[in-house]
Amino acid sequence: METPEQIRDRLLARFPAAKVELVTNPGTAAEHSLLLDAAHARDIALFLRDDPALRLDYCSNVTGVDWPEKKTAVSAPKTAVPTLVERVDPNALPGTPAPASALGSTRSTPANDSGNYLEAVYHLYSMALKHGPVIIRLRTGNRTDRVTLPSLTPVWRAADFQEREIFDLYGIVFAGHPDLRRLLMWDEFQDHPMRRDYVAPDDFEWEPTPHGDVHERAKGHYPTTEGLKG
Amino acid sequence: MHDEFHGDLLEVSMGPQHPSTHGVFRMVVTLDGEQIVKLKPVFGYLHRNHEKIAESTSYLGSMPYTDRLDYLCSMSTNWAYALAVEKLSGQAVPDRAQYLRIIMAELTRLVNHSCLVGFLFNDLGTSFTPLLYAFREREKILDLFESLSGSRMMCNYQRFGGCRVDPSPEWLAAARTLVEGFPRFLDEYETMLTGNEIMLARTQGVGRLDPAHAVNAGITGPVLRASGVGYDLRKVDGYGFYPRFDFRVPLGEHGDTYDRYMMRILEMRESVKILQQAFRDLPAGPVMDPKAKLRGFRPKAGEAYGRLEGPKGELGFYLISDGSPNPWRYRVRPPSLINLTLLEEMCLGHTIADAVVILGSIDIVLGEVDR
Amino acid sequence: MSEPAHHTPFPSAGNISDAEREDLRRHGILISSLEELYGWGRSNSIWPLQFGLACCAIEMIAAATARFDIARFGAEIFRPSPRQADLMIVSGTVTKKMAPQVVRLWNQMPEPKYCIAMGACAISGGPFKQGYNVLKGIDRFIPVDIYIPGCPPRPEALLHGLTQLQDKIRAERISGPQAARHLQPDAASEFPVPDFGAHDLQPPSNPNLFTAPVLPRKA
Ligand code: SF4
Repeated sequence: METPEQIRDRLLARFPAAKVELVTNPGTAAEHSLLLDAAHARDIALFLRDDPALRLDYCSNVTGVDWPEKKTAVSAPKTAVPTLVERVDPNALPGTPAPASALGSTRSTPANDSGNYLEAVYHLYSMALKHGPVIIRLRTGNRTDRVTLPSLTPVWRAADFQEREIFDLYGIVFAGHPDLRRLLMWDEFQDHPMRRDYVAPDDFEWEPTPHGDVHERAKGHYPTTEGLKG
Repeated sequence: MHDEFHGDLLEVSMGPQHPSTHGVFRMVVTLDGEQIVKLKPVFGYLHRNHEKIAESTSYLGSMPYTDRLDYLCSMSTNWAYALAVEKLSGQAVPDRAQYLRIIMAELTRLVNHSCLVGFLFNDLGTSFTPLLYAFREREKILDLFESLSGSRMMCNYQRFGGCRVDPSPEWLAAARTLVEGFPRFLDEYETMLTGNEIMLARTQGVGRLDPAHAVNAGITGPVLRASGVGYDLRKVDGYGFYPRFDFRVPLGEHGDTYDRYMMRILEMRESVKILQQAFRDLPAGPVMDPKAKLRGFRPKAGEAYGRLEGPKGELGFYLISDGSPNPWRYRVRPPSLINLTLLEEMCLGHTIADAVVILGSIDIVLGEVDR
Repeated sequence: MSEPAHHTPFPSAGNISDAEREDLRRHGILISSLEELYGWGRSNSIWPLQFGLACCAIEMIAAATARFDIARFGAEIFRPSPRQADLMIVSGTVTKKMAPQVVRLWNQMPEPKYCIAMGACAISGGPFKQGYNVLKGIDRFIPVDIYIPGCPPRPEALLHGLTQLQDKIRAERISGPQAARHLQPDAASEFPVPDFGAHDLQPPSNPNLFTAPVLPRKA
């Protein structure tokens, strides 16, 4: 199979107006991916599916990823690394964004940008030619109001439920999806719980066993110990 | 659609509590008489936030959660996760562990497929009898799992870079005896079920799935192969030591419920062959890579998608690491969910009783559908 | 029929001591009170609701199969309809999306009815307690009679829970202040079904049923 660089070059030759970037994967797996611009994504996807040398007829996996704005000022790695359990502000109301410090991270996949977007990642394989994966990524403009991406469900039906799931949990709106509803949460639900700044409802009224974060959150509900002291 | 010949359409909500939907799965079915004209699955009744929890847990901490994803096949789900993490961190796996993984995965396939056939016949109205046979065999295999890993269902056995414990020679002998006896159970099972007249009438030609649509909809596993598409990751990716094994991948022809049933039976026979070879060739040696680090495990930044042929289809884990002890993104590619993509198309025009059977033949586990 | 040692003896019919009853029994004469007979009959024909939520349901099915054979305790008739069931085995994780339906099923069951919370998830949310969509224990919405810990509890544990429930049923009185719940006119039988809210269930728990227990803590 062609390398991602070759695919990129062919795509650029075929779609001169499109923007196709190679996103390198610094990890051991070294599965590099192609970042497409939203405007041409549908055409490029069709091309990838039908091109005789690629024939990526099988879209295996569609993933949403949240990349909140990167705090460039964070320098001390100790605080930047997310702790074992994600800390959230216990005073924050459900649905309000957590303080930015909770989002500290040393993530490095898109090393050269500052984040603040949502991403959809598609893993494509070819069942006919038995090769793959070719990984394509789409990115939204930001995380609040420019969150529309073209749906690839018309190209690969396999993306149907998975795009609905991403719409539900991340809030990416897939334009052109035939049936874009919440998949997992109920329809009245308003948050996008897989985002990093989502604050879950505080309903750990009582937690008798120490259980990390749950324990901490439950403490707020414990009765005061003052009466017991005397 | 109201005229002389068509009455009103009836909308029925099946589930989430329904005896034949394999857990808390719900379908909103629109019926014309008894024929299905529309079917919308509703998910999320078992959405347990596995991915969110995994993103705030260490890599190893998610291993027990993978047991609970597909709770009939904890061993192979463990392996899929270990495979993805090993790809992410570039860890090696000793030979003995590779063989043990194949043994566990194939035993799991036996459990899953025999139980699935039992459940499928439950849906056909046999009221428990085939399931009793299946569970009899399942208990034997679970006893093996329990004596090895300490738990019947939630084995938590695989580790990054190997397996947790080495089975004793007695364990291997017992497993061997079980595998030798398994074809007898299959013969018994098939005598009872395969040629059954009611079964043939209810399953042949029901719920046809044509190969082109199936590929486009990302259907994998036995359901895809029943439609005649030869795509088995054990052959295609050749992960683990599968290329060393001699086995065939059964293919169906019609893509109907009957083929999907036969696919399971034939795959079990192939699994028995794989297991026999694995017991024959099992090398000595360590089961854990001595360099593997379990505590304080931090793969370097990057991402990896690891997948394997689970009993239900392609089970994948997509991990993004930011170099911290927790994954930045942890995603499960659930075969059960994606295999349901074409449920509506498969059920259209059939009766509601057939929809239940078609659903049964797809083989879903809700823990994996909703995660 | 020998009673377990911890069992409270039933008020016997007439002024016959337990020893005398035992003596009569050996001669083939059974003397029983209506209360005892009623409890004995009910405790040995519990029909559970056929209703599985998650992994624990598989162990529940295993308990019904040949090896563990729940039929020995008279509870093998799993009814798919709540109208015909006496016992709800909440076997698995109750998610917030599922909780209203579980409460509705409970409301549809006729009295006398009992509830077993099977597994860590049904008791408290279990391993998934941190989840935003996971209900932290079904006892926030419906009263639970027996808790069976485990993840999943073994089928034997379910059988043990069932025999505990049988003991509980046998100890119930027909009248008086200690009468069984379904015989008390003012005891609630139906419980409010929570609504889906924008962020959480509304209300997140039933305040008449669930209050956070007070922690006994040293200062
Ligand atoms: S208690 Fe454990 S086995 Fe039971 S439903 Fe919860 S996670 Fe599954």
